[in-house]
Amino acid sequence: MSGISSPANFFTSKLNDALGWARKFSIFQYPFVTACCGMEYMSTNCAHYDQDRFGAGFPRFSPRQSDVLFVVGTISHKMAPVLKTVYDQMCEPKWVVAFGVCTCTGGFYDNYSTVMGIDTIIPVDIYIPGCPPRPENVLDGLMKLQDKIQKGEQSRFLYDPRTKIGRPAEVQGPYTVEGHINHLESKP
Amino acid sequence: MTPLERIQEKFPGEIIAADTFRGDETAVIRPAALKTIAGFLKLTPGLDFNFLMDLTAVDYLFYAGGRIRKESRFEVVYHFFSLKNNHRIRLKVPVDEKTPEVDSLSGLWASADWFEREVWDMFGIRFAGHPNLKRILMYEEFQGHALRKDYPVNKRQPLIGPAN
Repeated sequence: MSGISSPANFFTSKLNDALGWARKFSIFQYPFVTACCGMEYMSTNCAHYDQDRFGAGFPRFSPRQSDVLFVVGTISHKMAPVLKTVYDQMCEPKWVVAFGVCTCTGGFYDNYSTVMGIDTIIPVDIYIPGCPPRPENVLDGLMKLQDKIQKGEQSRFLYDPRTKIGRPAEVQGPYTVEGHINHLESKP
Repeated sequence: MTPLERIQEKFPGEIIAADTFRGDETAVIRPAALKTIAGFLKLTPGLDFNFLMDLTAVDYLFYAGGRIRKESRFEVVYHFFSLKNNHRIRLKVPVDEKTPEVDSLSGLWASADWFEREVWDMFGIRFAGHPNLKRILMYEEFQGHALRKDYPVNKRQPLIGPAN
């Protein structure tokens, strides 16, 4: 299947657009709230800032029913395996938002207990820094995430603090209808 | 007669040091007498220290930049409060580095149970007679005790992910 003129390509690319459009306005989020950033997350979600305007107003408290993981608050080494399990339980396609500077880099913590950025454990799509981030900041991040979902992009890289470079995570690539068809065709 | 004066009168040989600062009374006592003095504070009518407000420890290694050397490396600190009489008293027990162990007070105050587990977890001080002395904050795989002053600040022991 090559060339734009192929009817199948035209069909799948338009279908991917439609899927992305549908997905970005029906974000089912899993709020993984561990610390003080949760207050700001709640205020973003409630009536004043109203995340539901962006189609992301409905938190699901089961990872199997959600497609965006909001990691809100400091993650300790004791909590890290739980976060990884929750991420692994989510179905593809899935995205991760690092909410607050603790989840982005560890923040001002540099001690025996804190994970220095959740991207050392799970791949992160959108980083929202701030301590805590303003709701406007969160909404900006959310819109950037929507752009990413529309394009069908997903982060697949983890950060290695020893080498200061990313390393590939063992996760699936972005889901596209075209890729799915190719996958089905490649099966014997 | 203040609670500090009461225990000074009752246990003159067991008090290493005592001072009062703006009504806050502190006694440094011998470790062997901890259970006796604590029990006296709790059960004597007129004292009735029925509330163990805090139990923690201090590591005096490198104290004041190493200029002040204490005889014992650790000190376990107890804060008692009497709801009945509105009295407070602080007990300090010096603990040796070689045998970091004091008697458990969990039989007298139930709240001592978790406090003592925390002190064991963070400082590695054992409590003789504790019913369930295991880590409370850190995970079982954690090596060492994080709040000891010789625990490296940037040492990491992650369960998953790279050691950063």
